[in-house]
Amino acid sequence: MDDTVIDIERLENRFGANVVHQDLNLTLKRGEILGVVGGSGTGKSVLLRSIVGLKPIDAGEIRVFGQRLNTLSTSQRAAIERRFGVLFQRGALYSSLNLEENIALPLVEHTPLSRQDAEHIARMKLALVGLSPNAAKQMPAALSGGMIKRAALARALALDPDVLFLDEPTAGLDPISAAKFDQLLLTLRDALGFCVFLVTHDLDTLYTVCDRVAVISQKRVIVADTLANVAATDDTWVQDYFHGPRGRAAYHAAKEAT
Amino acid sequence: MDDHASTPAHSKPDSERLVLSGDWTLLHFTRIQRQLAKLDPNRFTTLCFDDVTRLDTAAAQLLIEWYGPARMQALSSMLPVKRKNLLISVAGAVTTQRQEPPPANASKALTHGVALVGQQVESLYLQQKYLLGFLGLVLSALARTLWRPSRWRVTATVSHIQQTGLNAVPIVMLLTFMVGAVVAFLGATVLESFGATIYTVNLVVFSFLREFGVLLAAIMLAGRTASAFTAQLGSMKSNEEIDALRTQGLDPIELLVLPRVLALWISLPLLAFIGTLSGMLGGAVVGVVALDIPLSQFLRIVERDIGVSHFFAGIVKAPLFALVIALIGCAEGFKVSGSAQSVGEHTTSSVVQSIFMVILLDALAALYFMEMGW
Ligand SMILES: Nc1ncnc2c1ncn2[C@@H]1O[C@H](COP(=O)(O)OP(=O)(O)OP(=O)(O)O)[C@@H](O)[C@H]1O
Ligand SMILES: [Mg+2]
Repeated sequence: MDDTVIDIERLENRFGANVVHQDLNLTLKRGEILGVVGGSGTGKSVLLRSIVGLKPIDAGEIRVFGQRLNTLSTSQRAAIERRFGVLFQRGALYSSLNLEENIALPLVEHTPLSRQDAEHIARMKLALVGLSPNAAKQMPAALSGGMIKRAALARALALDPDVLFLDEPTAGLDPISAAKFDQLLLTLRDALGFCVFLVTHDLDTLYTVCDRVAVISQKRVIVADTLANVAATDDTWVQDYFHGPRGRAAYHAAKEAT
Repeated sequence: MDDHASTPAHSKPDSERLVLSGDWTLLHFTRIQRQLAKLDPNRFTTLCFDDVTRLDTAAAQLLIEWYGPARMQALSSMLPVKRKNLLISVAGAVTTQRQEPPPANASKALTHGVALVGQQVESLYLQQKYLLGFLGLVLSALARTLWRPSRWRVTATVSHIQQTGLNAVPIVMLLTFMVGAVVAFLGATVLESFGATIYTVNLVVFSFLREFGVLLAAIMLAGRTASAFTAQLGSMKSNEEIDALRTQGLDPIELLVLPRVLALWISLPLLAFIGTLSGMLGGAVVGVVALDIPLSQFLRIVERDIGVSHFFAGIVKAPLFALVIALIGCAEGFKVSGSAQSVGEHTTSSVVQSIFMVILLDALAALYFMEMGW
């Protein structure tokens, strides 16, 4: 069986005259964690949004599970989108529902579970991402930035997705929580076998969890390979990124840990 | 992950061992629940996961809650790494969840009802107090900026005048024109039986000069503008924009509220004037078309019988109404707290409150003017 889950070919995206992507190629394989890096404003979030179908693409092709999303009927599309879990950069929790209801919503809508069972599972998911059960009844407006990230992860995991899209999940977390998050991601990936499209600026996360790293620059993916190969790429931005002071520190930390 | 048809979860007791097989996933949640409910966890010293094709967090949760987190953790050490990690993570989650059960908020119906009434009354009182405080803030901001033309927000004010005043002209004209026509018809129907159809003119002109012109314009603005103000300020509040202004040493009252209040102060009297004219026109058209009162006669009666004091008795209320509408619209916006639902609630509340206050004030003013003989 073909183990390509997402296949992007010659993708082009633009907003008016502002071309964000041009000739962008990228694949995501079954069971892998793909780290996506690039400077601010290079279009990582836009790429994520076009894969999950939130932004209509301007040219090229995106195939998910071998099917082109934009050629499918609404119901087929919904069936595929149910296999996605998305964590948005700013959380995007439903502000009028409390945390437990936020996570129970997809469970209630997509499965025959009763509301009680769904909320029971929701509380477990909250505990799984490290939120105390007291938080279950809180409204999103009353949460700290880090708590919002975790709750958003719990919601992305609600349906035990096959593909997880994470947009800067560890930004705004304290280093200990960020490290725990990395471990949690690995554990869940190993246990559930989903693949992860992980947009991040966090070098420690890159070193700890990613199987492959894709670098977006000059409107396309300039390299997508294992970390060692990417770090050896001859490109100024890549060199600055991986061999700057932070990159070196993360590298040594990762080496000591193994 | 695969598209193959999933084999449902199954469990088979085998003396002290429980043999699990198939897909233990969310899809089979109720089935798993039923199966486990029938079995006594203490009977089994071990669970066999060898034939399980898939296990997800929801099913793991059920298993752990049934078997007990501590026992499951002990058991999982013998499993392959992947299974073990999942079971240990979920068992940890289940344990923390059990340690701190979420606070139950049960309450009795009767005491709950009484408490609700109390809360409502208190919130009504607090609301009025808050509004007065807000009025104070706005007036002091006005006093501070009035002497310094450099701090007048001319552009913002003019833009609000356009949105709240100019853009509302067509709808206000249409509304008052139709009400004017209706009043003329009503008047004619009643007065005809006294042979006094001609007094329809007085009725229409009186009612629009003194009451309807300004009242209809104010109600229109309360629905159109108070809600817009609340939604604008409310979403700024939930986006922390207002806090951002404060931290930069800027006064949100001066920047956001004052231009809106001033804009309404200018717009509403003008709209009221236009509304009055348009309502009288509606009456006049009905007079010409249906009641045989030519326009020249209509105008002559207005000139001869109706003093300008009636016009003033109507239009003086406009700035007051404008102040009330703008204040309530903005104050409700500032009370929004984060959620989208909160924006909706406060928008509704601002429209209801401002229409209520406008009508209340209008009734009080009518009473006062009558007693004074104005
Ligand atoms: N809705 C939009 N309308 C117009 N332009 C947009 C829109 N969304 C994104 N862009 C533009 O697309 C480009 C890429 O934005 P994107 O949000 O993907 O950046 P990013 O790589 O995620 O950056 P960051 O790391 O800061 O999150 C930017 O130049 C941005 O201005
Ligand atoms: Mg982004």
